[in-house]
Formats: sequence, C-alpha cells, structure tokens
Amino acid sequence: MRDVAIIATAQTKHVRAATATNEVEMIQPVIQEVIERSGVDRHGFDFTCSGSSDYLAGQPFSFVMTLDAVAAWPPISESHVEMDGAWALYEAWVKIQTGHADTALVYSYGKSSPGDLPRVLSRMTDPYYEAPLWPSSVDIAALQARAAIQAGVTSEQAMADIAYRSRTSAAANPFAQLTSSAQPSALMDEEYLADPLRRHDCAPITDGGVAIVLAAGDKARSLCSRPAWIRGIDHRADGHHLNFRDLTTSPSVSIAAEKAGVANGPIEIAELHTCFTHHEPILRSALGLGDDVEVNPSGGPLAANPMMAAGLIRMVEVANRIHSGEVSRGVAHATGGHALQHNLIAVLEGEG
Amino acid sequence: MPEDATTMGDEDVLRAPLVLEYPFKRTTGPVIGAFLTALREGRFIGIEDDNGKVLCPPVEYDPASGASLTKLVPVGSEGEVLSWSWNQSVRDGQPLDHPFAWVMVQLDGADTPMMHVVDAPHEAMATGMRVRARFASERIGSMDDLLCFEPVS
Repeated sequence: MRDVAIIATAQTKHVRAATATNEVEMIQPVIQEVIERSGVDRHGFDFTCSGSSDYLAGQPFSFVMTLDAVAAWPPISESHVEMDGAWALYEAWVKIQTGHADTALVYSYGKSSPGDLPRVLSRMTDPYYEAPLWPSSVDIAALQARAAIQAGVTSEQAMADIAYRSRTSAAANPFAQLTSSAQPSALMDEEYLADPLRRHDCAPITDGGVAIVLAAGDKARSLCSRPAWIRGIDHRADGHHLNFRDLTTSPSVSIAAEKAGVANGPIEIAELHTCFTHHEPILRSALGLGDDVEVNPSGGPLAANPMMAAGLIRMVEVANRIHSGEVSRGVAHATGGHALQHNLIAVLEGEG
Repeated sequence: MPEDATTMGDEDVLRAPLVLEYPFKRTTGPVIGAFLTALREGRFIGIEDDNGKVLCPPVEYDPASGASLTKLVPVGSEGEVLSWSWNQSVRDGQPLDHPFAWVMVQLDGADTPMMHVVDAPHEAMATGMRVRARFASERIGSMDDLLCFEPVS
C-alpha cells in the first residue's frame, strides 16, 4: 500500500441559506484556498474528484458547472460521485493506490436551502414499498431513535446532553452554523418535533462546502510539515430496506472499523457523521470507542450539516488537529442513506 | 464564501419556482407484483427465506445472503407495533392528511416488520399495541390500496 495523506484543507463558513451565491460561487473560494495552502500548482493535480447531488441542485449533471471552479482547461483527469465527499476522497485514494496519481484535489458541496430537505431525502428510500409513503429523513430517524431508546442504547436525556455538548463545543469552530445551546434540562422541556425527537436532536439544514488535497509519500512530506496519513480506510453498507435492519446497531460500521484498523492503536478523537443525536451512541458502540475518546470536538454535524460535505468535513476536522500537532491518531466517519445505512471509516495518524 | 454571501438581503435575490420530477416507471416483477396484487384483494403476502423466516413485505432476494426467494406465503392483516414516531406536520404525498404515527408493524405470521402509518391519536400510540390494516374501498394493485393501519379496539 502507498502512504497517502491529507496535506491541506479548507471549508466554507456554514450557513442556513447561502441565498445570494450559487454552488460554483460558494465552492470556488474554498478550492482556491486549499490549492494555495497545499503548495501544489493549480495545474499540478493528477486527479480531481468531487461529491454533490443533483437532487439538491435541481438539475442533472449539476457537478459539471462546478468544474468552472477548478479550471478544467487544459483538460484534467476528473471524476464525480453522487455521494458525500468522503467517497470522493475514497475514489481519489484508490486512484493514488493504483499508481495513476500522486496528488489529488477533492471537494464537495451542497445547498440544501432551496427545497424541503427532509422531503427530498424521502427519495432515498426503497421505491416500491417505502418511497410511496414519503417518509422524511426526520420521520425515519425518529423511528430509529425510538428503537434505540427501547433497546437501552440511549435515552432522551442522553440525547439532549449530546446536543448540548456538540453545540457548545462548536463555539470554538469558526465555520460552525450553530454555536450555542440551552442547558440540557431546558432542552428536555421543548416540544417534540417528531416524538421522540426534539428539534435539538436534529442536525440543522446547512449550505456549505469543503475541499482537501491528498498527496502520496515523499510528495506529502515535502508539501506538509505534519501530514495526516490515512492509515486505514474502508466503507460498507447495510441493506436498503429499513424494515429488515436492526436500526439500533450498525454492522457496517463495525466491519469498516475492523478493516480500517481502528483498534490497532489508541484513538484520541473521533469525528462522527451524526445527523441526529442518537447516532452518536450507536456509532460509539459499533466503533468500539472507549469513554475517554472525545467525539466531535468541532461540534460535528449537529452544529453544521452541509449535505454532501458533512462526511468529508469529519476527515478535515481530524486532519486539522493532526496538522497542528494537537492529536496523533483519530478516526473519521461518514455516512450516506437513511439511519446510518452506508458508512465509511478512516483512521488518520500523524508521525512523531 | 464571501462575506456578503450571508449578508445580502433576500430582497436582492430573484426567485422562481422549480418543480423537479424524475418520472421513472418500473415493472414490479413476480414478487413485489404479487404483493401489490394481494393488496388489491385486501390481503397480505410475505416470502419465506431458507430458514423458514417470513419476510413481509416480500423481496426477491434474501437481504442477508442474496439468495433468490420464491416461496410466497399468506400473512395476516393485523399485527404489532415494534417502533413508532409521531408525525405532527404532514407533508405532501404522505398517506394521511392529518397528524399520524409512523410505525414498524409486524404482521401476524411475519418475522419482520414493515414501515407504514397508524391513524390514531398521539396519546394512543405505544410499542406493542395491536393494529389492523385499513384498505381503500377501490383498489388498483398499488401501495395506495393500503391506506393505513388503525388500532384494534
């Protein structure tokens, strides 16, 4: 295996609605910033890969517009996934592993504000039995939360505590959308949004984007004083039908964590793609994280949740803390689909 | 993102409605089609896996092993709620036009639940409650033939 590292990152200031900018205008400054930070020449990337969704953009092949932001002339080697940017990073990592690239630019973005996001996400369900009912992402998460509470995996109080901790942690994150929270006791007095979920249990609706630069081996060492090496990366999916899954566990996370080598050393921090508070205990358990592991020091998706970017941002938040020397080993998680269906796990490490 | 991206007033932005549709048509095949045909007749069927476990609604392939499944079996029209959540604000296209519960309901004779809705007051909802199917009076062989579930009193 080739050594591959994240050597530079950038992200937007995440907002509820970037009303006055389109996707290209939103992501272009972030791409510019990450290229400058990386020290790679604008035309020097061996591969470019992006993640975004036509369902959010409201038009087919919407990602082609965003190529204006990377300058695709002279022609570049380029690809796109209709997935969170964490999977764009995975494709770039594979490209580097196969020897077809030494450097890669990866970015992803989403503007969820123009539509009714929970309703748009109902289109991810099984088209025969589930989609005709138009269950929203919040409705499905609420069914999962009930099952998790009944199974003793979490409680409404524990979920309020997670919301409070996440959003107060985000006060130190200059890119976060929500950076404060009422005390958990006050949160528990709020009305239900979708019993057993209250508003604080749900990630906000967010517009934003993220970009990273990957480099291999000595190239990474020459460009970055402390690269965030990807020591293990793996992704797995549970079944599509919600009714055939045990929603209180995540077998796919456990398999991916084992393949990525999460348990091969101490984990200092974990950035988890928790779109709902009850996802945290399910993921902690599936990853085998001890109580001493700090989860989502950035605030996580409960503080800023740009669709298609929030998973890749988890890698950025771990990588940034490795770049700065704050931590030496962390795990990043990204998810896709409903109720933690498809999961990617990456272990990032610094040297020395 | 430029500073003015968030501070520019909404009134400065031109707006127009956009209705996005992906009008795909699908054939339902021998298993899903059989389930929808049974709904038209006001009844349910499931499908047995290799261990004799009954999956309802039925699928063509075993979700765990991927093995082809073919043995369709009848399933009851009443069942038990395994998990539920409350839908206070009804969205376009959802089965009922007033607040309702989403449920995972395991029909009698099935070993897996199906996701659907229950028409009942919020305070009546509980895990373990018994519910029965309410079918449309005119049925055409689609998921719309099953209107919802309702409490068994």
